[in-house]
Amino acid sequence: MSIMSELGIVYALLGAAVAVLFAGAGSAIGVGIAGQAAAGVVTEDPSKFAKVLIIQLLPGTQGLYGLLVGFITLSNIGILGGDIAQIDVKTGLLILAACLPIGIVGLLSGIAQGKTAAASIGIVAKKPDQFGKAMLFPAMVETYAILALLISFLAVSGIKIQ
Amino acid sequence: MSVLQMQRISICALKKDRKPILEKLQSMGIMEISLSLEEDKDFQKMDTMNARMSFEKAAAAADQALDILESYAPVKKSMLSALEGKALVEKAVYQKVTDQKEELLKTANRLYALDKEKAELKANILKLENQIESLKPWLALDVPMNLAGTKKTALLLGTMPGPAGVEDIFRILAEKASKIEGADVQIIASEPDTVYLAVLCMKTDVREVEEALRSAGFAKPAQVWENQPAKEKVYLENQIREIKGRISEIEKEIKGEAAVREKLKILSDYYRVRAEKYEVLGQIPQTGRTFVISGYVPKQNAQEVEQFLSVNYDCVVDVEDLKEGEEMPILLKNNPFSASVEGIVESYGLPHKGEIDPTTIMSFFYVFFFGMMLSDAAYGAIVAAACFIVLKRFPRMGAGMKKSLRLFMYCGISTLVWGILFGGYFGNIVDIVSEKFFGHTVTVPALWFVPLNDPMKLLVYSMLFGVIHLFVGLGIKGYMCLRDGKVMDFFCDVVLWFMLLTGLILMLLPSDIFASIAQTQIVFPAAVNTLAKVLAIAGAVGIVLMSGRSSKNPGVRIALGAYDLYNVTGWLSDALSYSRLLALGLATGVIASVINQMGSMMPNNIFGIIGFVVIFIVGHLLNLAINLLGAYVHTNRLQFVEFFGKFYEGGGRPFNPFKTNTKYTDIKEETLT
Repeated sequence: MSIMSELGIVYALLGAAVAVLFAGAGSAIGVGIAGQAAAGVVTEDPSKFAKVLIIQLLPGTQGLYGLLVGFITLSNIGILGGDIAQIDVKTGLLILAACLPIGIVGLLSGIAQGKTAAASIGIVAKKPDQFGKAMLFPAMVETYAILALLISFLAVSGIKIQ
Repeated sequence: MSVLQMQRISICALKKDRKPILEKLQSMGIMEISLSLEEDKDFQKMDTMNARMSFEKAAAAADQALDILESYAPVKKSMLSALEGKALVEKAVYQKVTDQKEELLKTANRLYALDKEKAELKANILKLENQIESLKPWLALDVPMNLAGTKKTALLLGTMPGPAGVEDIFRILAEKASKIEGADVQIIASEPDTVYLAVLCMKTDVREVEEALRSAGFAKPAQVWENQPAKEKVYLENQIREIKGRISEIEKEIKGEAAVREKLKILSDYYRVRAEKYEVLGQIPQTGRTFVISGYVPKQNAQEVEQFLSVNYDCVVDVEDLKEGEEMPILLKNNPFSASVEGIVESYGLPHKGEIDPTTIMSFFYVFFFGMMLSDAAYGAIVAAACFIVLKRFPRMGAGMKKSLRLFMYCGISTLVWGILFGGYFGNIVDIVSEKFFGHTVTVPALWFVPLNDPMKLLVYSMLFGVIHLFVGLGIKGYMCLRDGKVMDFFCDVVLWFMLLTGLILMLLPSDIFASIAQTQIVFPAAVNTLAKVLAIAGAVGIVLMSGRSSKNPGVRIALGAYDLYNVTGWLSDALSYSRLLALGLATGVIASVINQMGSMMPNNIFGIIGFVVIFIVGHLLNLAINLLGAYVHTNRLQFVEFFGKFYEGGGRPFNPFKTNTKYTDIKEETLT
């Protein structure tokens, strides 16, 4: 048996890595962008700390979605239990493909949501009473991360592993 | 469940009753002053600008004094003190404070003056310290610095760029001022880049010497003292000590006034309320003997106000319904459960004229969806219990805060219910703990089903709840059209859409796509299938023909209709948006399981158990916090974007009654008598 045909588990793990890696990176960048804006507001008015912190956290969810898909993948392929399943190349690649949506959408939407969150923090700085509306703009971006999560999740949990 | 109907109330009374009537209205706090009368030669407005300004200034002075007290003698506050709300003050205490208001104001001003003096003294210290700093290099000089010299000799003090030694300076003098009789150079201090020197020469040579030195960078000191530098330093240090003493005296004096804090709070509120009263006083038109005041009052209170005023004073009170087209201020009135989401509606915008208050209908969906998104029984119980305890513990917290907490309490209960339905208790903690510590796995069965095992089922239900939510929204639009008598709008914009959408859904249900999602084949009798097609086609044709009815040109009309039909994709994306109900619920459960899994990797001994507990508490707290935020944001989004998008615009003006608007205290007072 050639080494190529044993790579299934590697592809599967690569899938989990892609989900966690890119989505996590997206969130890290997004939260970072929003955090810079938040820190600026707090230097001027420390009493707005709680409000801007909440908005700063909004782009953080993509990382969690990536973690979710990564975790489901790991537990499906048996890496968590120490009882690694036999996975052929096709299944491995299927799992990798299933992980791509949340990885890529998580990365891009995390960054975009971070920018929107930074702008929303600007709203809170000038009109603190409009907090409810300010929170909504970043949430609009997140919808697409949720849709990607859904497809990744359904695909990963739908792939049958012998 | 509604917007309170307002009425216009106009009061014409005698000037002698002006003060008590205004005060009564203010303490009742149910009337928004709005005057439609213009000034003319009979009715004139009083200029209360000055009085108002002085009250506002007094309130600001009290606030400032409170800030000063807070910075000198801070009161220890617990983390939850922000929830405590305003203190309740007895009327007698209030009276006592207002009796000594002059005195208190003087105290406030004195505190301000003391604080200012301290700031000035601190600046002085800085100045003196700078002087000492620039004096330091000269300390070795044992004559006063302003000494010009003796009868025959002149003393030059100054700095030169270093490093330079005595020989260098003699050489400069020898080169540049060779004719002089002689000079004595002494280096007082030497720093890496500056040397401080004292040069003694004959008075006749002084100009030549100075010029020679200056060509090499010699400069006179910026500051010259009359004393010997060493003595001067002692003098300056003494001065600093004195000033510091005075500062600590000031601090002590300010701290000694800490007891006056509560009184200052009342004082500040007293002036704030009076300023507001004078603002209204400045608005009302008056004649020589009478005055007129007019504004909005909720219909349910109008009778009360009218009766009270006409019984107690000589006045004419006129209550009338609002004129057609007059925009009334909005005050919402809901049952206690639904009132808790009023804050959410407010943050979107109050209903504008003619819109119905969506609060009641929204409140049920809000709590329902929130619970579904968080969907963990233990988290729900924690949130509900925490909110309940805080609500009981701090009964006097602000009304807005109270509403939000109550809302979260209901959402927590809903989360608890959903958690039991889905079998989530801190994720899968029961399984993990029973397996790890007791050897055999115990699973708490879900009352309904476990979403993780059957996600497609929950997806279908999410869409179903979504479609119900959206249809209710469209239904409310229909109701508003009917109420306003716009039957045509009702039929074209609501009924046709209902027909189209219902038809499409009925066509989708028996299809293969749906069967593969729901994993069950739905078979309708042929009649239903035909009905579905008829409904969909009739709806679509109707929309194409009728949506552009405002346009006369038939071509444009059809084009507008076709464009409106394109909105069907909007409905599709709205319905898909509800998939977040599934996704967020999964996120809570799976991340909770990740935390449990991490905890279970600890060894099975005492340290392992401690580690497990730490991971458990920290992990679940974080998970709860982030998912609470997620559930809140996304429930809001479903209401604001999907639900309100169907029928609600908002943009009403909030009711802003003339009331005792205090900052620190509430005065215990008899309400309507």
